[in-house]
Amino acid sequence: MSATVASASPGRSWMALLGRWETLLVVAIAGLMVLGASLSPFFLTPGNFANLIAALMEVAIMALPMTLIIVAGEIDLSVESMAGLASSLLGFLWASGVPLGVAIPIVLLVGALGGLLNGLLVARGGLPSLVVTLGTLALFRGLALIVLGPRGVSNFPPAFTQLGFGHVPGTLIPWPFVIFLGLALILGIVLHRTWIGRQIYAIGKNTGAARFSGVRVVRVRAGLFVLSGLIAALAGIILTSRLSSARADAGAGMTLTVVTVVLLGGVNIFGGSGTIPGVVLAVIAVAVMQNALRLASVTVEVQSIALGLLLILSVVIPNFAHQAKSAIDRVRGGRPPPAGPVRRGEDVPA
Amino acid sequence: MADPGVAVGSFSAPARGRWLVVVARQRELSLVAIMVVLGGLVTLTAPQFLSVANISQVAVLASVIAVAAMGEALVVITRNVDLSVEATMGLVAYAVASLLERHALDTPGALAFGLGLGLVLGMINGVVVTLFKVPAIVATLGTLSIFRGVDYLVAGSHQVPLASLPPGFTDAARDSFFGVPIFVAIALIIMVIGSVILRSTRFGRQLYAVGSNPEAAAILGIPSRLVVFTAFSLCGLLAGVAGILYVMEFGTINGTSATGLVLAVVAAVVVGGVNIFGGSGTLVGALLGALFLGFIANALILIGLSQFWLQAIYGVVILLAVSADAILVRRIQRATAARRVR
Repeated sequence: MSATVASASPGRSWMALLGRWETLLVVAIAGLMVLGASLSPFFLTPGNFANLIAALMEVAIMALPMTLIIVAGEIDLSVESMAGLASSLLGFLWASGVPLGVAIPIVLLVGALGGLLNGLLVARGGLPSLVVTLGTLALFRGLALIVLGPRGVSNFPPAFTQLGFGHVPGTLIPWPFVIFLGLALILGIVLHRTWIGRQIYAIGKNTGAARFSGVRVVRVRAGLFVLSGLIAALAGIILTSRLSSARADAGAGMTLTVVTVVLLGGVNIFGGSGTIPGVVLAVIAVAVMQNALRLASVTVEVQSIALGLLLILSVVIPNFAHQAKSAIDRVRGGRPPPAGPVRRGEDVPA
Repeated sequence: MADPGVAVGSFSAPARGRWLVVVARQRELSLVAIMVVLGGLVTLTAPQFLSVANISQVAVLASVIAVAAMGEALVVITRNVDLSVEATMGLVAYAVASLLERHALDTPGALAFGLGLGLVLGMINGVVVTLFKVPAIVATLGTLSIFRGVDYLVAGSHQVPLASLPPGFTDAARDSFFGVPIFVAIALIIMVIGSVILRSTRFGRQLYAVGSNPEAAAILGIPSRLVVFTAFSLCGLLAGVAGILYVMEFGTINGTSATGLVLAVVAAVVVGGVNIFGGSGTLVGALLGALFLGFIANALILIGLSQFWLQAIYGVVILLAVSADAILVRRIQRATAARRVR
């Protein structure tokens, strides 16, 4: 809804800003904060903020490459299993005496290779990513179980557990948040300010047209899955560090939250539109919401109701807004609105 | 057992591509052939594989997944997907077990409630997808989360033990009807009724039409939204049946029951040759897909491999099945394209 308004009438740019999905998210975050503050006096303290953000960081980090993949019109359901495989492999290597300085690069390499498997099957093999990554969702989790079995490894050195657990010295900012912001900055620049980003949007909007314009569709798609595998492995390492424990079932069920955060960030599930800043705002919104619900003593399990509702509403609300807008336009006798699905979170032309 | 799929069934093939078409049309038969070959290999190392007791145990376990997979197949044929089936199964299972435990309803009443609940949950999916126009993957990922959350909310930390169920309630999982285990009979009856509907009724043909070409279906005046809504409703109903079978099979039910089963259900559908892009596939395929997965799980135990291998092998099976289908379709397209050029 934003881009159509923005491009149709540059004079009404304040309305475009008001109608942007990101603006809605900021309003929602503010509303949730007021709600949280009224629930508990501790809600607005820095310590609480550090906690609420730290617990969501693995999901947030995996949401960044997922944003790129969904913008390109694909999906990667296997990220939670790759995080589990990374945790499992790291625990196995550490328990067999491999120093972490060697083990971590190996784990990251395995992540990239797992992503390459997805990428080759989807990009070169032309198979549907939904089914391929459902297959590797099972495969990677199975490998994690084979590597480590049902045991847990937990005697990691304090220097390593500081990565997930510690704060930047002198502040309450958790290290994973710094990693998240760094990655968001890099991927945000790549997506919104480079030719690679333009190609990703082009593939997501119209793969055939992108191919005929000289975009190396196979290479870009495969590259995105490699990136996703690599960063999922990184998230697995951070999770292991934060929990001070490597387990084969690490990250189970996280894919749902990752996809929810991305779609809530205004990324179109059919590809072609979405922004990194939108997804960063969605991460904050979900973190604030989960924290407010926790303060209202809603258990983590029951919070999934709110998460699911949020996911569906993030599509329903723009749909209704679009319908309402076209109804208003009809009454005013203006131009008929463009046909087709609503595009949310359209990237702003540089 | 010919595949009524529009994608591969509607052209006359040249001699070169004919064997491919035969394989594609008999997609379900090739699955049976693979099972026979693998079964032979397993029997070499573990002779007890072919015993009647073992085979009926495999079939009974697979029936639970098969019933849910047949519902999933209806949705996938319309070019949609339902990721919430496991949550529907879990919620129905807990509701039925809990009602029986508290003697709130007698057995037929509780079963009827379970079926009704499954149907309602399926209808919710249908409404979200067709009326609110939310893409199926997003809608059912959302309802997966919501239904499971409601399950947790209702169940809390409570677990219904086997002993609280009425005496004889779980017998159905072990009893036979003229030598056919009751679970298998239920799955077969659903398969036969469903296949007849898919093959020979207006609604059945509309399912394929909507899935293979939504625009053409709309031009033909097919009420696509009603068709898709009905597919989701039936999927919910069958997930409800699967949830009831789950209670009878396992007896002990809590808020996390049936977690993770969506993978097996979708895997059964994919392995059974239902095209994930809609428009083709059969219930026989979904049923055989579920049987195939159950068969692999059983074979693993018999040849002494750890259960940890199961997940990895499921993953490989899904990847192989979807690759094989893609190669087959591509070969057929190439063969028919060559014919057109000539």
